Amino acid sequence: MDLSHSQRASSVESPAAAGTDQHGSIVGRGARDSARLTRKWFHSLDETAQSGQGAAYVFVMASMCEVLKTFDLPVVFPEVTALQTAVRGTSEDYLSQAEDLGFSSDVCGYLKADIAMHHRGAEHPMGKIPKPLLVVMTNACNTYFKWAEIWGRMYGAPLTTIDIPNERAAHSLSARGSDDFEFEHAYVVKQIKELIAECERVTGKKFDIDKFRQHLAYSNVIGHYWRKMLHLNASNPAVFNALTDGLAYLGMVNCYRSTPEGAEYFKNLYEELEFCSRHGIGPTIRRDGKEVPIEQKFRLGFLGVPCYSMFRGFPELFSDWGGIFVTSGYMMFASGGIHFDHEYEMKDPIESFAEGLLLQVRDLQSGLFFELPNVESKLSPFKLDGIVYHGVKSCRTASSGLVDRRFHAAESLGLPSLLLESELVDPRVVSKAQMKNRVDAFFEGLISRQQQEVIAAR
Amino acid sequence: MTRASADFAQWRGLPLDGILKTCRDLFEDPTYPTVREWRKPGGKVLGHFQVYFPEELAHAAGMLPVKLRGGQADGVEVSQHFGSYLCSILKTSLDLALTRNIELDLFVTHPICDGARNLAGVWGRNFPYKSQVLHLPQNANSGGSVPFLAREYRRLARDIEALVGAPIRDDVLNQSIALYNRSRQLMRDLYQIRRATPWKLGADESLALLGMAGFLPREEFNALMEEVLPLIKARPARPQDKMRVVLSGGFCEIPPLDLLQVVTRACYVVDDDLLIGLRWILGDVPVSGDPYTQLADAYFNNSSYSPVQHDNNKENEKLLIDSVRKANAKAVILGSAKMCEPGLDEQVAYSNALDAENIPYFFTEFEENQATFDEISIQMETFLENIMFDCDANGELINKLVA
Repeated sequence: MDLSHSQRASSVESPAAAGTDQHGSIVGRGARDSARLTRKWFHSLDETAQSGQGAAYVFVMASMCEVLKTFDLPVVFPEVTALQTAVRGTSEDYLSQAEDLGFSSDVCGYLKADIAMHHRGAEHPMGKIPKPLLVVMTNACNTYFKWAEIWGRMYGAPLTTIDIPNERAAHSLSARGSDDFEFEHAYVVKQIKELIAECERVTGKKFDIDKFRQHLAYSNVIGHYWRKMLHLNASNPAVFNALTDGLAYLGMVNCYRSTPEGAEYFKNLYEELEFCSRHGIGPTIRRDGKEVPIEQKFRLGFLGVPCYSMFRGFPELFSDWGGIFVTSGYMMFASGGIHFDHEYEMKDPIESFAEGLLLQVRDLQSGLFFELPNVESKLSPFKLDGIVYHGVKSCRTASSGLVDRRFHAAESLGLPSLLLESELVDPRVVSKAQMKNRVDAFFEGLISRQQQEVIAAR
Repeated sequence: MTRASADFAQWRGLPLDGILKTCRDLFEDPTYPTVREWRKPGGKVLGHFQVYFPEELAHAAGMLPVKLRGGQADGVEVSQHFGSYLCSILKTSLDLALTRNIELDLFVTHPICDGARNLAGVWGRNFPYKSQVLHLPQNANSGGSVPFLAREYRRLARDIEALVGAPIRDDVLNQSIALYNRSRQLMRDLYQIRRATPWKLGADESLALLGMAGFLPREEFNALMEEVLPLIKARPARPQDKMRVVLSGGFCEIPPLDLLQVVTRACYVVDDDLLIGLRWILGDVPVSGDPYTQLADAYFNNSSYSPVQHDNNKENEKLLIDSVRKANAKAVILGSAKMCEPGLDEQVAYSNALDAENIPYFFTEFEENQATFDEISIQMETFLENIMFDCDANGELINKLVA
């Protein structure tokens, strides 16, 4: 269903009006389940910590959960635990402590919040975090290395790197089946096997390839529904806001990757969102203590990383104008690349896993450094009205190229764009008033543009 | 293949001070006049960002490899391309290219940090020539890393060959490796002079000399060094009672020469990591066998250290302390370029390790284009004065003058 801007707001039904189907209260189920599963995840980490056991520390851009879960390792995502300090309004305290320890105000806020937490006996607002038994990182972010090195010094945890070759220049990916690709693939396979050997050493367990296959199968289910879910937002109205609902989904896709709970969650979530799509039910925003539907007047793309220290306030700057983020680069790269269409095959699971890793990680990196054709294009299936580029000091990976990308896209896209700079988890350097001014001006521009289009069409 | 030549002849026949001044003027010249000269008869230029690049590959193909290290730029042009939270060197390097102070035929960056990894995309959007990442593996500890890197060097070599229109023969590449081996030996000799007789050459003078390797044809740099090193050894400078220090943090963006001059007035910098990429490989790379594998092996297994290379076998803070001991230094200046994440992160590890060894250190941040040094000068002098009369566990002054 394709609606004009003026029709969109009125056609978006409220969840209550849509009613429910035979599944009970399907609408909102994903949000309720993600809240429950988030608490469950933190609770399980707390139990692990209280028992004195350790966990694998990983990062969202290629977490290797499929391998680690095969060894029954609990998995900590420090990026997730760090962002939660900001969501819960406690990050400033952690950041100040880290700076007292000597960390510069100009380095990644995630790293600082996390290190300060460790200096507090790993006490997190949502429970205790277990110490690292093993750290696994990829080259998807260079801060990962410096961060991991700190844990190595603090805890003596062994550090394992999986180095994944990226696209070297724009439009230069090695083609599947080519000699270059096969060589890169073999390189990643070798490192996966080295990781497996390290896991065997650390846990004392032997690698169970059938169990690994099972975890790959769960990831296949998750990936399948993740991709379908992202695509649902190409229709009008959009069924989720990439900058609010999307963040909760990212929590699930990472913390429950390769698990049966994750597979079930995303199967159910897709069922809910597909239902919403068929019934024209859009996402909601909290106003005066109530969830009210977002008036979807403007479809927006988002490039960069969120402002977690303004977790609700930042998206509201846009939803107050009827702006909804229907797509974001963040939901692609922060999902570890699971948006990339690849199914793990069970015949040669290690080789297939390595191939998936290579394809997914290089694709997410290409989106960060070169282009996101599904977003930065006049032919975007998401039919965007504008793009927001949000750069933060804490994430140079996602932010360093944004200003230049916007500069070049402005001409080729013919789409209005907005550049904002704020921060990831540091509320001290975020000015809501300044951002609001810029966002308001952006929407005034969008409205003026629409009015001109209407006049021109007559 | 015709090899273009940019004869850097100004220095010949000058006294040492004249040579050093000529080098400094050239090093600080943002218009790269010798590179322009190289280009005039059709010479091709490969520009590479920090930290380490296997220049032998470009040299063997008859290209001029140029290390892009930022420089004097007003930043107007580049303000539309970069946000506010990035280090200066990323911006000024691009600015110098956008304003055509330097023109390239190929640009290569490396995954040294999250800012630098974006440069292939940024440069690729702004220039017609290929801009790419040379994927130096961040897993130094895999059995697959050396073969991968050797292959990656071959991949880059293919691009270079396509540009110059001729293959790079292995024997020619080995000759280039031999030339660069000699070059690195000359650089090691320079640093040996500084460790043994630091009063003969200041850190600023040393950098101006070393920096010539970043844009002169390597043959000419070697000729310069062969001439200059004996002159330095014979320099009639008197030793003074100054603190011996190691300067850390100049592995990518470098402090301005004027700042180094201020530092040199206050103390003897007996070792540093300035432009460490030019002398990354610590010994001779074998010139037999497969040159790509030899270069790749040397990158991992016969190399220095830096915050931008992750290697489980290189504990950077221990290597820093080793360098302090080897240079008989008594203190460390822990510098970092502003906004440099790896440098700033590493400062914490370094400071903790130095504390554990009871080695005094001075924290500072710098920017390549800063023009005022009063504050840092006062702070540093205060630091040095405070430790000048410190004693070690045996009651000996830690700053005993070593003749």
